[in-house]
Amino acid sequence: MAETISLEVFRYSPERDAEPSFQRYDVPLRKDWVVLDALNYIKDKVDGSLTFRWSCRMGICGSCGMMVNGEPKLTCATFLSNYAREQGPLRVQPLRYFPVIRDLVVEITDFMTKLQSVKPWLIRGKEKPISEGEYLQTPEQLDRYKQFSMCINCVLCYSACPVYGLDPVFIGPAAIALAQRYNMDSRDEGAHERMDILAQHEGIWGCTFVGECTKVCPKHVDPAGAIQQYKLTATIERFKSFLMPRGAK
Amino acid sequence: MTETRQPARYTEYHPRWYRSRVSTWWWLAQWPYLKFILREISSVFVAWFVVVLLLQIRALSRGSEAYAAFERWLQNPLIVLLNMITLFFVVFHAVTWFNVAPRAMAIRFRGKRVPDFWIVGANYAAWAAVSLVLAWFLVRS
Repeated sequence: MAETISLEVFRYSPERDAEPSFQRYDVPLRKDWVVLDALNYIKDKVDGSLTFRWSCRMGICGSCGMMVNGEPKLTCATFLSNYAREQGPLRVQPLRYFPVIRDLVVEITDFMTKLQSVKPWLIRGKEKPISEGEYLQTPEQLDRYKQFSMCINCVLCYSACPVYGLDPVFIGPAAIALAQRYNMDSRDEGAHERMDILAQHEGIWGCTFVGECTKVCPKHVDPAGAIQQYKLTATIERFKSFLMPRGAK
Repeated sequence: MTETRQPARYTEYHPRWYRSRVSTWWWLAQWPYLKFILREISSVFVAWFVVVLLLQIRALSRGSEAYAAFERWLQNPLIVLLNMITLFFVVFHAVTWFNVAPRAMAIRFRGKRVPDFWIVGANYAAWAAVSLVLAWFLVRS
């Protein structure tokens, strides 16, 4: 049995390198090891200079996203054994379409700015006094947005989206899915405020429905679905404001 | 809470960050992307079928002689080949469209979302029904 697996890891040092390169490491191939375990093995035993982000190692913090053999993956949920039979080394690269700070660490301020721009929080026209109690919600009302609320901001969907790669002003899959998470929430009253951001060209209309964001999502959020559903909502709202200029808002 | 009204913007250039360029041939790198591009191209062929239909209607309005000429034009091997390719792309367009329909249609019935299978199935059923009606018209005449 082959006891080791080769990894080809993207290396880039802003101090030393003008261009990135790949470095090859051999790590033990263990049945229970994921790509993140292999990277930690390299950092602990082989090369302490390798830099990458990780935290929970159980698919909830969303910080260990990388390109594994060209596909955006959470490295804590991607088993080495799945690649053991493949020809050639396993390629680990930083998430595509984001600037690289060092090795496998990418800069995601662009996403954070966009996420904030869609106001991903509950907006109320008027808060009711605490004495009136909490805002109740039925299981059915919860079910309408629950899927979108599972997003962990791992930005794999951005790395899967060629529209984002080609046109970086696109707000992108996760931010739109999270806007929908609040739009569909029965306690929220901010749909009109979000529409100004979402219903512009850089918003939903930038999406050409490649659909890869949904395929790579580790939490089954279905951002492509959120965007298409919002296209329908935005179109209906547009016709409404056209037919009833005063009554719609 | 601070209001962030500013539009989404591109992260500013930073001299020490490494940025890779998106290749012009990005759509050849992975099959799903190539499929997407083929689907986009299919719209050209859909438009071609519309043109053929319009030409057919024009020929029909100009009498039987013009229509016979139109039919002869249709029998041109090049046009037959083009129409075969067009048929392939139109079917490809329709099938991929039906398959993604559940993403865009979040229909709820008795508080639960209708499973994807039923939405796709309903699209195919409607397609089959329309085709049957058309076939019936053609066979009858």
